[in-house]
Amino acid sequence: MKSTLDRPNQTCLKSVKMQGITKRFPGVLANDNVDFDVEACEVHALLGENGAGKSTLMKILYGLYHQDKGNIFINDELVKINSPTDAIKHGIGMIHQHFMLVPTLTVAENVALGLPSTYGPLTDLKRVSARIIKLADTYGLKINPEAYIWQLSVGQQQRVEIIKALYRGADLLILDEPTAVLTPQEVDELFGIMRQMVSDGYALIFISHKLNEVIDISHRVTVLRNGVKIGTRPTSEVDKSDLAKWMVGHSIDFITTTEKITKGEARLQLDHINCESDRGAKGLADVCFDVRSGEILGLAGVSGNGQRDLAEVIAGLRKPESGRIYLEGEDVTGCNAHELTMKMMSYIPEERMRDGMIKDFTVSENMILREHDQPKFSKSGFLRLRAIENHTKELIDQYQIKTPSQKTHVKSLSGGNIQKLVLARELSRKPRIIVAAQPTRGLDIGAAEYVREQLILQRNEGTAVLLISEDLDEIFALSDRIAVIYEGRIMDILSRDEATKEKVGLLMAGVFPGAD
Amino acid sequence: MIEKLFSITVLLGIISSGIRLATPYLFASIGEAFSQRSGVLNLGVEGQMILGAFAAFYVVMKTDSLLLGVLAAMGVGALMGLAMGFVSVTLQAKQGISGIGFYLFGLGMSNLLFQTLVGTVETVNGFSNVPIPLLNRIPVIGDLFFNQNILVYLAFLLVPIASFVLNKTTLGLKIRAVGENPEAADSLGVSVAKIRYFTTIFGGAMSGLSGASLSIALLNVFQLGMTAGQGFIAVALVYFGAWRPWGVLIGAMLFSLINGLQLWIQVLGVDIPSEFAVMMPYILTILVLTISRTKHTTPSALTKVFEREG
Repeated sequence: MKSTLDRPNQTCLKSVKMQGITKRFPGVLANDNVDFDVEACEVHALLGENGAGKSTLMKILYGLYHQDKGNIFINDELVKINSPTDAIKHGIGMIHQHFMLVPTLTVAENVALGLPSTYGPLTDLKRVSARIIKLADTYGLKINPEAYIWQLSVGQQQRVEIIKALYRGADLLILDEPTAVLTPQEVDELFGIMRQMVSDGYALIFISHKLNEVIDISHRVTVLRNGVKIGTRPTSEVDKSDLAKWMVGHSIDFITTTEKITKGEARLQLDHINCESDRGAKGLADVCFDVRSGEILGLAGVSGNGQRDLAEVIAGLRKPESGRIYLEGEDVTGCNAHELTMKMMSYIPEERMRDGMIKDFTVSENMILREHDQPKFSKSGFLRLRAIENHTKELIDQYQIKTPSQKTHVKSLSGGNIQKLVLARELSRKPRIIVAAQPTRGLDIGAAEYVREQLILQRNEGTAVLLISEDLDEIFALSDRIAVIYEGRIMDILSRDEATKEKVGLLMAGVFPGAD
Repeated sequence: MIEKLFSITVLLGIISSGIRLATPYLFASIGEAFSQRSGVLNLGVEGQMILGAFAAFYVVMKTDSLLLGVLAAMGVGALMGLAMGFVSVTLQAKQGISGIGFYLFGLGMSNLLFQTLVGTVETVNGFSNVPIPLLNRIPVIGDLFFNQNILVYLAFLLVPIASFVLNKTTLGLKIRAVGENPEAADSLGVSVAKIRYFTTIFGGAMSGLSGASLSIALLNVFQLGMTAGQGFIAVALVYFGAWRPWGVLIGAMLFSLINGLQLWIQVLGVDIPSEFAVMMPYILTILVLTISRTKHTTPSALTKVFEREG
């Protein structure tokens, strides 16, 4: 049963039409004359690469952005949506990709925020809690209204977001990349909830760039590319390769590691590593594994389970409390990043703009960041500008980095080209070990495939690769072995042959398959 | 000499002056706590205080009306708070630097006004003590706690009220949300700008009142630079009190007791150089700030400009 208690005087939202929406940001046409519509009782998927304009279009619908041109109709009536408040009044709710929750407040406080209270200026959290429990029961969303947000798992936080929207009487929910942070089992649960909502009369917009999920859950799909609408089709009439082609503009070969390579000696070994995370929380607990020459060890896990701490410990950016790290048999525990660089370890950091690049530096300055003090780039403290220039030119060609010049500031490059620049810097030095943290996050399909290809090339040449990724498809496509991390512990390490998505998914949730 | 400090009379004296001296800290710190809980670090408290102190003093001198004096101080403080809000919320300037600017403005302006409008040291008839019937008859503590001026009562009353507003009202919920995750608040239709304007104006009014409590209740004179860094200590107390009114109260009492002790050291002529005694509260500020673990309770959006993209 749909609850419309909150807006008794309002008719239900039956359809939303966006017509000729155009939105321009400085230098970018984010939406170019886009039409989009959604009706009650359906899931309409909005598919496109990063930067295709999906989020922009939805933020316009939710009143966070204002369109330069175009109209929005609700139940065939022209409406103006100038702010989220307007959107909420019209029965539109949005589940943002980055949750809009206040971690230091409770579930009930987050839900009550911004709503009038029955006690006037005083909060009425008891009443809010009771209604949350009622709503949660309807959709099997187990949640404790008194819990603080910071205590909840990512999946639970998402439920709070859904409850927040339902509590405000939303009839249309916009879900912006809702599966990006979930384990496969949590995705199944979410889809279950979505199906029930649709049968109860809700309209859902599902933003994604994951083709399998779009095909699984949606009734219709609209594809955007570079801000332009490519088309809308009933999902039953399309398949995965059609969608990929529309998204990218040309067909895509999905690469996987197929070539068998004989694995060599262990190049990177972690021996009972323990470390603290930021804020003094437990980061890593007793982590042991090794990465061998000629293999990609994939590290799967839900975001925030110690991946970042692990990458930083290996890269010499965070000190372990106990345990040893060995590079090619040599104890390197406590070595700093520079010493590790000299031992031919390369690191592709998760936050490329923060840890990988200095965005106000030029392409060539960034290209030599790691080795600027080596004889090939500097002599008696002076930079060898000519050598640097040639080196950069060579790599720009080799790695197909699209940049106006090598003197261009990195901040004006696209995400994909910045990642290529990081790759060029880290891979061109023929490293013995590579630690790649979320190397394709935020890249479009083409750039992501390029990065994956480069990692496989390195593996084939005998480099030991540790691939830390939250994208399970990527882990399965590239890894020779798959380790799963949960709350800072390595749950298990599976060979590619014995690993299935179900097994890995359970491990990611902290459950040992077969154990009750 | 030292043993003189530990007679009952002196201890009671220290507590009594501690309670009175806590008044300016309490007003300013609680105002600042509101502002910081919403994400605005106002370093101009000292400037708001001294201008408030002058306004109160001048109005009382001219009109003999304490109420008008208090209102003038709060009005001047609120105006400076409004200006701080405009600079940090609307113009999105760096809060630390603009706060220092407001401090220097308040200091300079109060000097200028004092010299052109008053010129010489004058005293005014400030608030007198108002004993609370019955309660003031309680032996020993009755006179300590229930025979103070009205601003002292008001300052201590402000603590539970502020705590209640922050934790039990929709306004408090909005303030806390805006200071922790303004994007989230914005996405629910809470106006980040309105809330931050409200807290900076309120904070300014409280700082002004704090200044008034010095010039027309505690000392009944105006002197150049009479706030002597108390506004900055008030900012430090917000950190010390972990952004909670009750925590601020503990901090304010601690500092003012040290201050009271310091005064009595001078009065009794204990052979500690008085300069060291005067330094004590400031040294304590630094010590407290280095040891208090504030990392976990700091409002996440403190000093961060909020701007909706697009």
